[in-house]
Amino acid sequence: MKLVTVSGPPSSGKTSVILKAIECLKQESYKIGVIKFDCLTTFDNILYEKVDVPVKVGLSGNLCPDHFFVSNIGDCVRWGLMENFDLLISESAGLCNRCSPHIKDILAVCVIDCLAGVNTPKKIGPMLKLADIIVITKGDIVSQAEREVFFFKAKQANPKAMIMSVNGITGQGAFDLSRRLKDTVEIANLELKRLRFTMPAALCSYCLGETQIGEDYQMGNLKKMDFEVFS
Amino acid sequence: MSIPALTIPLREMILKYPYLEDFFISLGLKDYHVDLSCAEYVDQLSDGQIEDLGMDREQLISNYTEYFQKMAEIALRTTERVRSITIIGGRDKTGQAENLSFTMKTGDIICVVGPTGSGKSRLLADIECLAQRDTPTGRQILINDSVPNEDKRFTVEHKLIAQLSQNMNFIMDLTVQEFITMHAESRMIENVEETVQSVIVCANELAGEKFSLDTPVTSLSGGQSRALMIADTALLSSSPIVLIDEIENAGVDREKSLELLVKEEKIVLMSTHDPILALMGHKRMVIKNGGISQIVETCAQERSNLMLLQQFDGTMIRLRNMIRSGEKIDFDIKNLFGL
Repeated sequence: MKLVTVSGPPSSGKTSVILKAIECLKQESYKIGVIKFDCLTTFDNILYEKVDVPVKVGLSGNLCPDHFFVSNIGDCVRWGLMENFDLLISESAGLCNRCSPHIKDILAVCVIDCLAGVNTPKKIGPMLKLADIIVITKGDIVSQAEREVFFFKAKQANPKAMIMSVNGITGQGAFDLSRRLKDTVEIANLELKRLRFTMPAALCSYCLGETQIGEDYQMGNLKKMDFEVFS
Repeated sequence: MSIPALTIPLREMILKYPYLEDFFISLGLKDYHVDLSCAEYVDQLSDGQIEDLGMDREQLISNYTEYFQKMAEIALRTTERVRSITIIGGRDKTGQAENLSFTMKTGDIICVVGPTGSGKSRLLADIECLAQRDTPTGRQILINDSVPNEDKRFTVEHKLIAQLSQNMNFIMDLTVQEFITMHAESRMIENVEETVQSVIVCANELAGEKFSLDTPVTSLSGGQSRALMIADTALLSSSPIVLIDEIENAGVDREKSLELLVKEEKIVLMSTHDPILALMGHKRMVIKNGGISQIVETCAQERSNLMLLQQFDGTMIRLRNMIRSGEKIDFDIKNLFGL
């Protein structure tokens, strides 16, 4: 089975892009499964079920979605192997721009959209900077010049990535993406695999349920803003 | 190229290759104007800084090297010029063979006609990804009469088609000058200011109503935006093919627009059913059932009909301008149309 991690800011078009790529792969009778990671609720599973793609939903609730991802992805792979998928796609929303659900030697895709503004590629962390493929969506809505500037900024933020434009509505570009998904490596499990980058750290009193604001209640892994007037 | 780039002091590197500065700025780094090499600089960053960058030291250096190479490639324009694109037929939705080999050269204006859903986007997608008999249509695309290298497929630097669609918006809140400057800078050309000026002068020649350098792009009219994007694509876009989605007959000089694109050696693909635009094209590609069903060459009779249509069109524009300036059309207009 092949595995690919797809991430990207909320509403950037991840599900639409994946669905269009699946459409291309299904014509070659590829068996595909999807894992949808989200925080509170998701309705995307309905979209997958509609086209008969087996889907499992993982909701992180009050946990950091990234930590939730990494402690569950191993089981997801096991499920995928049991179901005899040719390809398992993990889809997760990067909510803090610092998320990095990408795994070494596993194809990593980051989806961003043109409407997000030209500085967005700079602002997104490892999720974009360490991805193998950057998919840019909603290109049909903006002007040609903006599209070109956006592509350039994405290239600057991650010069190694292959950058593709996919239209989630018409599917233009989805074939190219599906080809790349097909070309990725086979895996038997995720034993000994590592994340590409450390996940956002969190281990402080607030992680453990503290709600009180104030110096005395802040404990553990903290980071303070720099206000010169206070020092 | 990568080895010396890592050992030369950053201050010197940035002086020589100013675009390197953007790499550090985009990472939010400061104090990079130092007499340390990139490797030494990365080494002395604190672990906290590295953590915030979202990359470890090794990844940072490898991204820096890659950035340097990619930007140098763009700046030097080492990519081969596209002079012609050939479509070798595949099959339509019913499996019928297209049986054709069609070559488009720079300066050609080709109209793409056919009803919605007939397969225009498929054709464009095939060109865009340089299909090699591996897409659902089975078509093959040649560049300058030969099979393009595999590494040319799917890269930004080789993006073949600039698309000027009808429903495009500007989402950036910038003035015309800032906007075009940003685009020019991303192309890494040398004479940014001069080019920006010429784009705007050119756009004003195409637009019905003039606009200035400090007009916000978001307050341009439909015709002005269109004119600006046509001039920008002609003078600043790297893509050899320009796809235009119908040019409406308001606020932008269609004939001049096409002349400009042809002069700048673009291959113009125009998706239109407007008889004037269609006859302005040299050839028409008829799309049916997901395939190219035929190529129609604009004949002498069509060209002389075009002249007549353009006269009517000119009259319509005159009437439009009269309405715009508050005049009445209360006279017998039959003569105007030679009726």
